[in-house]
Amino acid sequence: MKVMAQMAMVMNLDKCIGCHTCSVTCKQAWTNRSGTEYVWFNNVETRPGLGYPRTYEDQEKWQGGWVLNNRGRLKLRAGGRFKKLLTIFSNPKLPSIGEYYEPWTYDYATLTEAPAQEHIPVARPKSLISGKNMKIEWSANWDDDLGGSTANAHRDPMLKKIADKVRFEFEQTFMFYLPRICEHCLNPSCAAACPSGAIYKREEDGIVLVDQDKCRGWRMCVSGCPYKKIYFNHRTGKAEKCTFCFPRIEVGLPTVCSETCVGRLRYIGLMLYDADKVLEAASTNDDQGLYEAQRDVFLDPSDPEVVREAEKAGIARDWIDAAQRSPIYALINTYKVALPLHPEYRTMPMVWYIPPLSPVVDVVAETGEDAEDTGNLFAAIDALRIPVEYLAELFTAGDVGPVDAVLKKLAAMRCYMRDINMGRDPDGSIPEAVGMTEEDMYDMYRLLAIAKYDERYVIPPAHAEQAHSLEELATECSVSEYGGGQHDLFGEGSGAPTPIAVENFQMLQDRQTSESLAGPEHKGSRVNLLNWDGKGSQPGLFPPQGDDS
Amino acid sequence: MNQFLFVVVPYLCLTTFVVGHLWRYRYDKFGWTTRSSQLYENRLLRIGSPLFHFGMLGVVGGHVIGLLVPQSWTDALGISEHTYHVVAVVGGLVAGVMTVVGMAILIYRRRTTGPVFSTTTNMDKVMYAFLGVVIVLGMWNTIAGSIMTVGGEYNYREGVSVWFRSFLAFHPDPNLMADAPVGFQLHALVAFGLFALWPFTRLVHVFSAPLGYLTRPYIVYRSRDDDQLGSHQPRPGWDRVG
Repeated sequence: MKVMAQMAMVMNLDKCIGCHTCSVTCKQAWTNRSGTEYVWFNNVETRPGLGYPRTYEDQEKWQGGWVLNNRGRLKLRAGGRFKKLLTIFSNPKLPSIGEYYEPWTYDYATLTEAPAQEHIPVARPKSLISGKNMKIEWSANWDDDLGGSTANAHRDPMLKKIADKVRFEFEQTFMFYLPRICEHCLNPSCAAACPSGAIYKREEDGIVLVDQDKCRGWRMCVSGCPYKKIYFNHRTGKAEKCTFCFPRIEVGLPTVCSETCVGRLRYIGLMLYDADKVLEAASTNDDQGLYEAQRDVFLDPSDPEVVREAEKAGIARDWIDAAQRSPIYALINTYKVALPLHPEYRTMPMVWYIPPLSPVVDVVAETGEDAEDTGNLFAAIDALRIPVEYLAELFTAGDVGPVDAVLKKLAAMRCYMRDINMGRDPDGSIPEAVGMTEEDMYDMYRLLAIAKYDERYVIPPAHAEQAHSLEELATECSVSEYGGGQHDLFGEGSGAPTPIAVENFQMLQDRQTSESLAGPEHKGSRVNLLNWDGKGSQPGLFPPQGDDS
Repeated sequence: MNQFLFVVVPYLCLTTFVVGHLWRYRYDKFGWTTRSSQLYENRLLRIGSPLFHFGMLGVVGGHVIGLLVPQSWTDALGISEHTYHVVAVVGGLVAGVMTVVGMAILIYRRRTTGPVFSTTTNMDKVMYAFLGVVIVLGMWNTIAGSIMTVGGEYNYREGVSVWFRSFLAFHPDPNLMADAPVGFQLHALVAFGLFALWPFTRLVHVFSAPLGYLTRPYIVYRSRDDDQLGSHQPRPGWDRVG
């Protein structure tokens, strides 16, 4: 047994209202730089829908993730090491910018600088890639709220797997949102596909990161990741991905997407797992067995033997404590209501989802029946096969059993808690019908409905003794006038100080002196507050400092 | 003059090549990339890039054999001058045509695709000029020199190659190069110019050829750098104690 700790997330889809706050705050924090205009480390998709990038789930087309070969061994779907090297000069499976979307801005100057005239001036969209006028035809959430689904939804790869005849009925009755970040997989195929070995999994907390100094821009990770959550920065020529906000996690703060989630639907915590069993579990023969196989890889942090092994593996005591209190463990293994996204990709993803019950409740409510009656809800879950089958395509490789079980637990919880809230005697037969005790059901209700900040996010900080150098605490002298701190910490110049080198010097200088839209003509006259995060000062916000200051 | 052109200049270029790479790797690992433009344009790249690169691998292989293997070795193996010549010319032509066609496609693409052209740096343009001239001169030497024998027959394996090996052995003999046809002289000089530019261009990606991928484990685990949490170096005065 080799115990390792993994920082993991669970999202309760029942609570997602599709407000995109997570996406926006994530973008402000991480990808508001040129080169990453089209990049959303966190995005929210309406399902059914094509997703972002378009049809990324169609692995016949994109060849992401792992498959079993004839001998039952795991191999990258896009081909082995030799094939990767032979196709290195032109990646055959790289989504074009059109599959994401061509990022754009507007020519706002025509609005602010237009003279008084009869007709209202119009700001035309300009491509951030070519700088030319463009027609906006797609974006990261173009089919939001099923917009345009009559034209597009039939291309949803998951919907294609369900019989054609029910498609339109389905669209009328069922819709939900799916927020996605990097899955920080236990068996990441992006890392396996990287020729340079630049993508690594951190031993301490399992966060998957790209070493920007080692990445050589071969782009194989973009193809390798079946979730298409690695992006190519077209300015720097390097791959970038969701970092699980590691500077925040290291000081015990939740990720930006979780912190700002309006519905409080995200949970973060530790999972202990047996690293020796990962490969075997990922090689499970049956696609539908992968969900159970992955659950078997997780270790019970309360088991004394696991604790002993964890301590032997050098996991700190406070981390083991945190693993014992982990809401993720409770949702995945105790209550068994969280399911992995596309286990059939065999990457062992670590961002799990509680499938949504609300659409089923809505359908029952529309019929005029009591939508919180156990019998009605159970019958509805059984009757609404199409939504359940669709969810099963997402979360259990098509096996409706586990999805049924989860939805019934959620339905039972509603009915059971309604009795309590109405002041009636709780009905013990309801939890029993889904194989739970009354106490468990109440605890699950607490965790899903009213868990406070420190119950939803159980994040042991790393190395408290080094807290002063952790980014989020920033106890260092940040006053640049005294020679300390970091100049231009965020925004364009974020990250470690970039050394001046022949090649990127030219690039940086061009960007600074460019007359394109990203760098407007009269710099002094325009202040871009959109990508200002409140720290440091934005160019043009204050008059330039004199040399003598 | 020969001393300058075929001893001083090559050694200057070689020094720049070596020192430049060390400097670039030391100071600019972040800028060390192919700076792919595949995201902008894929159709032409799919054809042009493999053509060019595989052609180039052939060309480099041909140069290694032609320049580094002495004629006496192939003679000892019983390969006649004529056989060697035919194999070299045919191989060189195939690889050369692939390279030239690939390069033509890539340059056309770079010039006509708006986003690709706008990310082309001045350094890229200079590099393309040198690379193009070297390749064209090399093709000229193969076609005009070896096939049509313009300006008389010349066996580079008794001239240029010997000079190159003497150059690598730090015992250069410029006269061997001075006797070579002007096509070979120019090809060598421009190539050395390209070597001098090399470390300052995107050509550095050649040294990142990921051969280690064939042997490393699929999943890389790395421990968090204990000296540096977050993305900054600790400031002076805040260093770790003990």
